[in-house]
Amino acid sequence: MHYVFEPGFFASGPVRVALAVGTVIAVTSAVVGVFTVTRGQSFAGHSLADIATTGGSGAFLIGVNQFWGYLAFGAGAAAFMEMIGIQRRRGRDVATGVVLGAALGLAALFLYLGTQYSTTTGASFTILFGSIFVLTPSTVPVLIASALVALVTVLALARVLLLSSLSPDIAAARGVPVRAVGAAFLMALAVSVALSAVIIGAVLSTALLIGPAATALRLARSPVRAAITAAAVGVLAIWLGIVLGYDSYYWPPAGRGWPVSFFVVTLIVGGYLVTYLRRGERRADPQTPQENVDAEQACSPA
Amino acid sequence: MFTGVMANTWITATMVAVIAGVMGFFAVLRGSTFAAHAIPNGAFAGAAGAGLLGLNVFAGLAVFSVAGALGIAALSRRARSDVATALTFVMMLGIGALFVSWSSQYAQEAYSLLFGEVFGVSTGEVLPIIGFGLACIAAIIVMFRPLMLSSALPEVAAARGVPARRMDLAFLLVMALATSMTVPVVGALLMFSLMIGPAAAARSLTARPGLAMALSVVIALVTVWIGIAASYQSNWPLGFFVGVLGALFYLGGKGYAAVRSGAPAGQRARA
Repeated sequence: MHYVFEPGFFASGPVRVALAVGTVIAVTSAVVGVFTVTRGQSFAGHSLADIATTGGSGAFLIGVNQFWGYLAFGAGAAAFMEMIGIQRRRGRDVATGVVLGAALGLAALFLYLGTQYSTTTGASFTILFGSIFVLTPSTVPVLIASALVALVTVLALARVLLLSSLSPDIAAARGVPVRAVGAAFLMALAVSVALSAVIIGAVLSTALLIGPAATALRLARSPVRAAITAAAVGVLAIWLGIVLGYDSYYWPPAGRGWPVSFFVVTLIVGGYLVTYLRRGERRADPQTPQENVDAEQACSPA
Repeated sequence: MFTGVMANTWITATMVAVIAGVMGFFAVLRGSTFAAHAIPNGAFAGAAGAGLLGLNVFAGLAVFSVAGALGIAALSRRARSDVATALTFVMMLGIGALFVSWSSQYAQEAYSLLFGEVFGVSTGEVLPIIGFGLACIAAIIVMFRPLMLSSALPEVAAARGVPARRMDLAFLLVMALATSMTVPVVGALLMFSLMIGPAAAARSLTARPGLAMALSVVIALVTVWIGIAASYQSNWPLGFFVGVLGALFYLGGKGYAAVRSGAPAGQRARA
């Protein structure tokens, strides 16, 4: 056992917090991610994480708890994207990109105004790559509560969301307020992404949002099964990542631990690539998988 | 403001703006904005790796941005392109995080790779940048017609036998080339802002592709020039001015388009 879990793994306080919070974030991201991937909003999901971190450095500047900066910028950016046309497939990428570009400009300013480069460099670094082992336990309850709010919102909207993602016209004909549902989803996405970005950094947040969901959508036939598979993949990846991150403390070359984000990302992308092998055998399957149907819709003129 | 080292800044920034205007126009037209964000940012991992091995930063950026372009193109064969881009991107950044954790004194350089160092361009750096820039423009000119066709009218391009996947790969590779040249100077984040804001503004002003591309270059140039002047005066980072000006140009373009399309309809209603 000692070869897998270094001595002291389960006794370590930061590891316990990391495991607990990591699990909540992985499940929330995976479920929200299934809808994000189905709706083709991966770029928005990633951008919201980057933008939320800008809010974090802004909050740092004016001396507010960073968490509120993350949340405020994430939600504000979601509202902006919605206003300038993320709901149309063609304008979606551009709307996201413009908002992201402006936010990155603000990030440069905030980090500059944060005066000491030496410390802000460290801060911008933690923001980008995150460090799951330096969570303050006191913020954990708030984080978990907000994650649950995002999760419940998405689950409550699940049916209409799915319908309006796959065929907006049918949804509109049945009286679903497509635009309002899309806006509500974007808000839930912003909250969940802002949370995971504050905890695990923008990179890992994107990986946990998109990777498990994309893997699950290749494997599972129904949305419910896809969500469950995605959650399982996400949780497994983050647990293994934390174990490896802890174990790597004595690994070469630097002798101070490899980043958890590296392990988690590698596991997630590796898992996704493994599904390609499985698909190779079943090429003759007559039933068209979900993702391909969607891809065809995306390619056809809107 | 226009002498000595600043002359280098003006020359380099002008070159970068021309590249960003052209590449950004195609990125917006093709809906590859995510790739335009992912390739410069992911290439950052290569720079970190090069720093670790004691190699030239350009080499690291070039290797990683080309690897990123190939990765996105390969994964896009069987998945949606936004998912392919996201996965390639996080993998590159994950490797970057690993490299950074291995080297101890990388932090300062990382900041300049993300946010740029346009005011410290040496004369020795100007020539390679101009060379790279001309190579990018030459590549775009060579494939201009098929690229424009496959970006603006994918169905027509497919019917005429323009290979969509190969055009996609070619475009991403030119993007990678442009990236390895511009990132050390203007930074990964600024490069993205400079590609998207002006191009999106140009697209909202006109539907004609050739005119939109020219406008995109002009707006990128104006953005960078105003940005440098303002940054020189105020000492605030250039990235801030470029990011905000890009978004303002876009909003202005949208507003102009709304007014223009609204006015005739109103006149018709009165008539």
